[in-house]
Amino acid sequence: MSRNLLEFKSVSKSYLENQVLKDVSFDIRAGEIHALIGENGAGKSTLMNILFGMPVIHSTGGFEGSIELEGQKLDIMSPFDAMAAGIGMVHQEFMLIPGFTIAENIKLNREIEKKSLLNTITSRLFGKRMKTLDFKQMNKDARAALDKLEMNIEEFTLVQGLPIGYMQFVEIAREIDKTGLKLLVLDEPTAVLTESEADSLLQAMKNLAARGISIVFISHRLGEITAVADRVTILRDGELVITKDVKDTNTLEIAEYMIGRKVSIEREICETRKFTDAEIALSVKDLHVAMPNERVKGVEFEVRKGEIFGIGGLAGQGKLGIANGIMGLYETRGEVTINGEPMPLNKTRKMLDAGVAFVSEDRKEVGLLIEDSIRHNIMFTSMNIHSEFLKAGLIDKKAIREHARKMIKDLDIRCTSEKQRTGRLSGGNQQKVCVARALTQKPNVLFVSEPTRGIDIGAKKLILDLLMELSSNGMTIIMTSSELAELCSICDRIAIICEGEVVGVLPPDASPTKFGLMMSGIKDVEEEVQS
Amino acid sequence: MTEVVVEERFSLIKAFKKIPFSTKAVGALYLVILILGLVNGFSFSRLLSDSLHLFGVWALFSLANVPSIQAGTGPNFALPIGIVNGLLAMVLVLAAGFTGMGFIVVASLVAIIFGSASGFLYGKLMNAVKGSEMAIAPYTGFAITAVFGLVWLSIPIRHPNMIFFLGDGLRHQIPLDYFRAEFILANFLFFEIFGLEIRTGELIVVVVACVLMWLFFRSKMGLGITAVGRNPKFAKASGVNVDRSRVIANMISTAVAALGVIVYAQGFGFIQLYDFPMLLAFPAVACIVVGGASGQKANVRNVVIGTFLFQGLMAIALPVFTRVLAGGAGAGIVGPIRMAIQNGIILYALSRMSKGGK
Repeated sequence: MSRNLLEFKSVSKSYLENQVLKDVSFDIRAGEIHALIGENGAGKSTLMNILFGMPVIHSTGGFEGSIELEGQKLDIMSPFDAMAAGIGMVHQEFMLIPGFTIAENIKLNREIEKKSLLNTITSRLFGKRMKTLDFKQMNKDARAALDKLEMNIEEFTLVQGLPIGYMQFVEIAREIDKTGLKLLVLDEPTAVLTESEADSLLQAMKNLAARGISIVFISHRLGEITAVADRVTILRDGELVITKDVKDTNTLEIAEYMIGRKVSIEREICETRKFTDAEIALSVKDLHVAMPNERVKGVEFEVRKGEIFGIGGLAGQGKLGIANGIMGLYETRGEVTINGEPMPLNKTRKMLDAGVAFVSEDRKEVGLLIEDSIRHNIMFTSMNIHSEFLKAGLIDKKAIREHARKMIKDLDIRCTSEKQRTGRLSGGNQQKVCVARALTQKPNVLFVSEPTRGIDIGAKKLILDLLMELSSNGMTIIMTSSELAELCSICDRIAIICEGEVVGVLPPDASPTKFGLMMSGIKDVEEEVQS
Repeated sequence: MTEVVVEERFSLIKAFKKIPFSTKAVGALYLVILILGLVNGFSFSRLLSDSLHLFGVWALFSLANVPSIQAGTGPNFALPIGIVNGLLAMVLVLAAGFTGMGFIVVASLVAIIFGSASGFLYGKLMNAVKGSEMAIAPYTGFAITAVFGLVWLSIPIRHPNMIFFLGDGLRHQIPLDYFRAEFILANFLFFEIFGLEIRTGELIVVVVACVLMWLFFRSKMGLGITAVGRNPKFAKASGVNVDRSRVIANMISTAVAALGVIVYAQGFGFIQLYDFPMLLAFPAVACIVVGGASGQKANVRNVVIGTFLFQGLMAIALPVFTRVLAGGAGAGIVGPIRMAIQNGIILYALSRMSKGGK
């Protein structure tokens, strides 16, 4: 048990000037289940990409530090090297061919060829690809792999139509079937499974570990980690926080390590603002949004006039879907009322007409016309909704120029002129253009999603200050962000979303532990804390 | 003072650099043939008149691509849809007894109505095949040409100057001089200056259409259509009805094409039916790409420059090559050479389309 299988030795990685991994060292023992946990952007994926020699790592200048397997320095330049070294991975997205049987999927690209005279002749004549396959042996191997997982499904069943839990098992079986598998990485394997499926997967993981295969288990579910893992490594902002034996820790402690006390942006308004008397500006009931990867499954909340309401949670849990759904950008059902008026859903225009503005999390794809000028971007929505900036039905260049210049000054947009193409601007300035466009609509309810993603500290502060100012002038703001620190710095209340539902609503000064637990989907935070 | 001059020279170079490569290339070819013609005894005014003539009859076909490109449905390779509508309008209006300027005006109105209506259906089709517009459009054009081949054969018109001498069905070519309808626009306020023939009526139609198009793309609806073409997600988030914008753009495109064939027919003096519309889309698209448009971005300037260069080139290449190569004796080779140039430029333009003529 104590033998080290794999060792990360002060691994660092940066993309351009952005350091995403700083001096990370830890080891994985043979036959252990090693949990890896951290918020989005903590560096988990980068670490795994390094382990698998993904092209994205080597095309951006490689990494520093080294990885050792059983004491030997590993030189992994491509995923094939990783496979040869006995490292397997099951990705979040399944890589299965639906029209093939389970056995064929397991043996994909490692098919067993028949050894016969005919086969030798045809392969000589038409090349290796024309060899016939030994399906009997393939099925037998597949059966053995499935048996190891205690999976009672016939190996000749088509993958098509299998329940998702089974597909996951097929993926794992494929990795097990590779000879010499020593380490298996499971990237959030339970995220897509039902509870009973997840339980059987966890059981299977234990069985595999008992056979001597080490498992790296990436998950956000703290409960699962404490249930199956032997040790847990926590990453935060690219740094290793700690590696601990699971038996010496608990969910509370892991949550706290994961979130940390990193509220770095000072909260300027110390006492919490009270909104209990203000009228309700936005009320959302039973909201379902079919946004891919950010599915919302029945969200309910109310926001009062002038409030800044935060929406937080981990990526893929549905926090981004809420604003996109309300704005009608993805198929939505439920009830939304704005200032007491029930709103029709899936009608972007109606929402905009009601004075709702939206700054999208996706600047380049949704937020901007990157080939057009700053002024064109700023005026567009308002022109379309309120028919502003038009003179005799045609575009009024003078009014647009004046307004754009004012916005550039007010928001400190760094540019050569209002005619500069937005595609040429830096991320922060692009974001300011998006905000300027939303403000030009003169909204009373403003949705901002990831307002500070990928922008520098100065611009970040300016945008957060601006939101504060807008809110004190009576604008209702719903801010969605992956950065908890940022939410805590300006929001009056923060809803945490997990698996498409609101887990709870916390005040900004709640303890990091509570946020951490809620992000992992644990509802009864108080109970958990007490126990 | 000297500094100002330097700056001006500098900006001139800059302006030249800004010209898309396809425009420069075809422009250079145009100049070469022009000089070749002058050396071989053609008058400058003759060659320029011919260029202007083809520019006038082709400009609207090329202009029809602007709305469809701007809306993101790509160049209107289904131009034949608009053209058969224009042809149908002309045939019906002739059969109804209109002649002269009355024929042109009424046929134009009918063509715009027919063109918009079928443009609406075509726009719906484009919305149904989002992502593969460029593959569907040319075949829609071919199909509609074939269908209208049957229409020309079976349409119950019995006018002796329109049907075959033997049997039923409309002729391949209906001469407009029977109806006093040839060169109506070409002769309207026609004048000559230094031997240069100016077909004022034709040019007025082209200029008015171009100005209207330019104005349209400065209006709320036009700006909305442009936004849809540039970034449909952005447009949707700004409350633009993406599908409707695409339909409207294709209605305009098809109507302009329908109008275009009327200008074309009067400019040559006869209506051509059956296979005529089949391959017209390709030179029309080539015009606008030569002018610097791409599959995603086009404006009226691209239309004017591109149509003049490409069609002007075709107009002067034929007489010049005839004299240079054959002196009359081996004129048979001139046709193939002309086809080679035309299709060569079309091929070149299509290959440049994704890059905006650069």
